[in-house]
Amino acid sequence: MSLTTEIREPNAATDLKQPDMSRARATSWSLWTRQTLAIMRLEIKKNFLSRRALLLYLMAGLPLVLLSALALFPPPNDELENFSELSQVYAAIYGGLILRTLVFFGCAWVFMNLFRGEVVDRSLHYYFLAPVRREVLVVGKYLSGLIATVLLFSITTVGSVVILYFWRFPTESARYFFDGAGASQMLAYLGVTILACIGYGAVFLIVGLFFRNPIIPALLLYGWEWINFLLPPFLKKISVIHYLQSLVPVPMSEGPFAVLVEPTPAWISVPSLLLFTGIVLFLASLHIRRMEISYAGD
Amino acid sequence: MTPTTTTLTTQSSSPTASSPTATASTLPVAPVSSDKMIVFEDVSKFYGEILGVNRVNLQIAPGITSLVGPNGSGKTTLMNLMTGLLKPTQGRISVLGTSPEEPEAMFQKLGYCSQFDSFPRGATAREFIEFYLHVHGYTKQETAELAHAALERVSLVEAADRKISSFSKGMRQRVRLAQSIAHNPSVLVLDEPLNGLDPMARAEIIRLFRSLADAGMYLIISSHILHEVDMMSDNVVLIHNGYVVAEGEVHGVRDEIEEHPIQILIRCDRPQILAARLFEHEHTVEARIHDDRNGLFVKTRRPDDFYLLLNKVITEQNLHVESVAPVDDDLNAVYQYLITSDGGQA
Repeated sequence: MSLTTEIREPNAATDLKQPDMSRARATSWSLWTRQTLAIMRLEIKKNFLSRRALLLYLMAGLPLVLLSALALFPPPNDELENFSELSQVYAAIYGGLILRTLVFFGCAWVFMNLFRGEVVDRSLHYYFLAPVRREVLVVGKYLSGLIATVLLFSITTVGSVVILYFWRFPTESARYFFDGAGASQMLAYLGVTILACIGYGAVFLIVGLFFRNPIIPALLLYGWEWINFLLPPFLKKISVIHYLQSLVPVPMSEGPFAVLVEPTPAWISVPSLLLFTGIVLFLASLHIRRMEISYAGD
Repeated sequence: MTPTTTTLTTQSSSPTASSPTATASTLPVAPVSSDKMIVFEDVSKFYGEILGVNRVNLQIAPGITSLVGPNGSGKTTLMNLMTGLLKPTQGRISVLGTSPEEPEAMFQKLGYCSQFDSFPRGATAREFIEFYLHVHGYTKQETAELAHAALERVSLVEAADRKISSFSKGMRQRVRLAQSIAHNPSVLVLDEPLNGLDPMARAEIIRLFRSLADAGMYLIISSHILHEVDMMSDNVVLIHNGYVVAEGEVHGVRDEIEEHPIQILIRCDRPQILAARLFEHEHTVEARIHDDRNGLFVKTRRPDDFYLLLNKVITEQNLHVESVAPVDDDLNAVYQYLITSDGGQA
């Protein structure tokens, strides 16, 4: 850039009049929709098409790599040799690794960074200085995180099923998925993954807003979700995992010390999770409306 | 400030100020529609028990209004309050009839070039400006046109598609400036906009500000360099320890600058030779060699004449000069004068 280049002086007749932009003509809803989409595009580009997303991709790819390795190099006394056991094996992999660990930490990483990451990067003020309702900002950011996590962990969920079943038993698996209960089970797992992203996403969005160092609350939540099987029935229900676990098609064995309770029916679990998410997003919106930016100490 | 304000008038004073004449007054509100003014009405901001600004009453008209004060005086707090980045503990702010509580309305009229020197990772200058224009709700074509026009205004078209991370401080400052003016706001708030710019870029940016103001915009600029404020402002607001201590048209401050010598530090080799030559200048009040003997403190009543002389001496004596910078202490002396005496009173 040449410093000798003249800065163009504004033309009062053209520059300062608000151009006949479609924004001015837009109704509130269409403007909010356009702004939400713009925020989503920006967030996806910043957070999911950059190096920052590498950890997320590693987490989402881990089960696929592990199951591929097991298929390529089967261990001695391989339990995966028995087709009828595969649904139990998948239930354990899904419940223990995918749902409780990878989706949990994947959502923590993505949703806590939506606001917290911008405060650390000192770039949140650019949003706050745009003519956008802060509620729209919350919704746009949340939806961007949701799209990314749902997409990635849906691939993980379906990909794990495909590798586990089809690698070794292509004929039986084809029959099981196209003529038996396999497809509906896989869709049920997929639904649970999507609901997990919705629920955990909302939780971690608000954790990222309220805590300067959200790692500790995230670890406490992780502990709470893991000991859920030991909790008395009333406390079990103050968790996300209880409702998700109620929806999985094949329950994971929780061991001899588990406190057994009836699973919450789907017609209660699903609306409860969605209602919970709505409430959390509403609280996040209230908080963000009052939020100040100084970046001091961040 | 109202357009009718013609002199530098002292406002409310800080509790610690020793001025016997400073009164805890509020600015008389002129009968001007608040839809055409930027209004601070009894605005205070406390960070816990720490004072940010206290009982600020201002009416700001079109033109360039400079907020002047030493570091930590409350200039940025005032700007952040005006733009909703901070919430007032008490009081009301209105920007051309809109409130910071309604960002969707206010930021159609207002652009803020803050001091936060940060950008989305990996973004080019053009992408950065376009990102946030999209958030305004503009279509792709509108966004491209507005971004290009803004980049053109700050002479960054050639560098527009380079990553901002490769930019110098001055170029980053220009990018932020372009981003803040891209949507053609009526009000432009600029926090130390000349920081990091070289002298030529400073002159160009000041010219841009001047032309924007002449076109009817409201520019609120913070600075702690009185000399620059004097060059570009229509009005000044002097802030000290969170209190607006004086405000008025710029000639009032100019008088203060002329009465009170400013101190300049010149980092150079052979400061003794420089001192001897500078003393030939009638407005040089004092010249003192820096303790490390690699610099010279000079006090002068005529900075413009002084800089001309300095250039001449440097050329004649073939001196090697590392830097020339005003020293803040002298600015504080002007503030102290305004705070502790009748100096600012009309």
